[in-house]
Amino acid sequence: MYVYDEHDRKMAAERVAQFRDQTRRRLAGELAEEEYLPLRLQNGLYVQRHAPMLRICVPYGMLRSKQLRRLARVTRDYDKRFAHFTTRQNLQLNWPELEQVPDILEELAEVEMHANQTSGNCIRNTTTDQFAGVQSDEIADPRPYCELIRQWSTFHPEFAFLPRKFKVAVNASEKTDRAAIQVHDIGLQMVRNEAGELGFRVHVGGGLGRTPMVGPVIRNFLPELDLLTYLEAVLRVYNRYGRRDNKFKARIKILVKALTPEGFAEKVEAEWAHIKDSPTRLTPEAVEHIKGFFTEPAYEALENATDLLASQRFENREFDQWLAHNVDTHKKPGYAIVTLTLKQTGTPPGDVSDEQLDQIADLADEFSFGEARVTHHQNVVLADVRQDRLLELWQTIKPMGFATANLHTLNDIICCPGGDYCNLANAKSIPVAEAIQLRFDDMDYLYDLGEIDLNISGCMNACGHHHVGNIGVLGVDKKGDEFYQISLGGSSHHDAQIGKILGPSFAREEVPDVISNIVNVYVEQRTSEETFLDTYRRIGIKPFKERVYA
Amino acid sequence: MPEVITAEGALRQDDWVVVPRPEEGEALTLPDDKPALVPADLWLENEATFANRDDIGVWFDSHDEPEILEGKVNEVPLIAVNFPRFVDGRGYSIARLLRERFGFEGDLRAIGDVLLDQLQFMKRCGFSTFVLRADKDASEAARYLDFFSQTYQAAGDTDLPLFRRRAS
Repeated sequence: MYVYDEHDRKMAAERVAQFRDQTRRRLAGELAEEEYLPLRLQNGLYVQRHAPMLRICVPYGMLRSKQLRRLARVTRDYDKRFAHFTTRQNLQLNWPELEQVPDILEELAEVEMHANQTSGNCIRNTTTDQFAGVQSDEIADPRPYCELIRQWSTFHPEFAFLPRKFKVAVNASEKTDRAAIQVHDIGLQMVRNEAGELGFRVHVGGGLGRTPMVGPVIRNFLPELDLLTYLEAVLRVYNRYGRRDNKFKARIKILVKALTPEGFAEKVEAEWAHIKDSPTRLTPEAVEHIKGFFTEPAYEALENATDLLASQRFENREFDQWLAHNVDTHKKPGYAIVTLTLKQTGTPPGDVSDEQLDQIADLADEFSFGEARVTHHQNVVLADVRQDRLLELWQTIKPMGFATANLHTLNDIICCPGGDYCNLANAKSIPVAEAIQLRFDDMDYLYDLGEIDLNISGCMNACGHHHVGNIGVLGVDKKGDEFYQISLGGSSHHDAQIGKILGPSFAREEVPDVISNIVNVYVEQRTSEETFLDTYRRIGIKPFKERVYA
Repeated sequence: MPEVITAEGALRQDDWVVVPRPEEGEALTLPDDKPALVPADLWLENEATFANRDDIGVWFDSHDEPEILEGKVNEVPLIAVNFPRFVDGRGYSIARLLRERFGFEGDLRAIGDVLLDQLQFMKRCGFSTFVLRADKDASEAARYLDFFSQTYQAAGDTDLPLFRRRAS
């Protein structure tokens, strides 16, 4: 994992001093609120329904145990002993005091953490696959490139006041996309060309929110070393020509659509031609230097524990199910990737207590070389667990609430904080998630339904990614009452697609019945091999509509 | 008379007057005895009389295209870039293009909604002088121009990004 050198440390300390100064001037009346607003946003600080909200950056989702313990302490000392993991691999505090935020940032800086550019009209945290570096089908480890993008985008002097927020995601697996890159402003898919050289396929202009779009490809192959100059060209075109007259039309996707992807690509290529050989071009030495931080941990030479696991599974059906759902194949024999689910019914999806953060830190130290990862699905991953210790790990995490074996099922819900916390929300989302989880509490039935992405957002800003849920739930306001609109057929993977709206919205108490009806149509119509999405794609929305509005 | 902040944080007065864009059909009126910054496209229209004068410079608004002055930037002593609102970041790109692409060597000035907290970004993009918004106190500017002692990127002020300096 990346470790700060004296340059990073200096900048982190200076950033805290800067924000302390800005906050002091705001409180002393020297800075008007409108002048302070973008400064605090770019330090992660929103003003929310009940209190400020602080979004702490977890660069591409990687956390060390020491950082987890510090986060636990911060939630204890400055907040209400819990925090919320977001779909962009970050962590949110819901109740910090404005005056104390500089102190929180100082505590974070001590463990090489920050809240830089987690909000505001700037380049946000670069996200990636939580299985980076430990899966066998990836083109290359995406994390060194994420770190290079982090450094390039941090305090970039030209791009601190973009028309709107800007999100970059990198994916390296050929088979899966766990980072939802096609619904990002820039999505980078690692690829190799015919000569075997490493590079990126570049998608630009994806995004959710008011105008959801899947990002078109504007370049099929960008050579590895050209990454940053090309990003700079895209950002410059956006900074100069993105709309600033209307907040709702200011994302890069609107510009890409207006110019057409081909027209936009031409503009980027023309800009890039000027800067592709500038000093910002990566060097092999620079890439090697960063790669040196993402070397393999000290794996032991092991065999797969196939027989041991088979007998343990035979003896314990619950362990068997957990293994089938929450554990993934590791590239190294004898190791496994474990997902700790934060989707226990009764707890808001993605929420963790201070105690749980400390527990994850201990688990990371005990089972996974001291590191953990946050996922886009708001869970936490221990990436390097020995297979012969899986049973022990499972027994340890069960009482902690991390072993709910519902990963990828209907109950592994992505959910924004919604109207319980967020100022922008039209409706609550957490109680809807809970009602659905309560309705589908029979695990065997859930497993039988197979993989279904169910995503809930409390408003059209789409923090819960409802557009790309196989089933999406969107909170809407109807004359002061909370209603929920359902969409079907969305996907955030390689086959990314925006879901279709089913029809008129429903009252909150109707939602579980509606979901049951939708699921029943699938169960009746599916062939033996089909997932929910497959069936939907084959039969279309009509049968679902007929059942739900019958 | 505007109070001008230099890239080093010193304060000085100078006489440059920003001449607003004249109304449709009106002629450009220059001040009698002061150096003047005129809209860049109008400078081009009057190039024959304005070029290479030390008392006529140009200004760009944030939606203007600096490309119109390509090849001619060093025929003016001063170029100002207007920030109509401090959250309008187009001026940063304009500055980098003028400096790094078109090779402007004269004084590049930030005008308009210029605030202390953005001074270092502006300086990094190649601005050499700054006129703060009228209600802001320029006396502390030096501190804000160099708040960060380190930078990650190459830009108008640094040739090499940190990753190159590290690897060397």
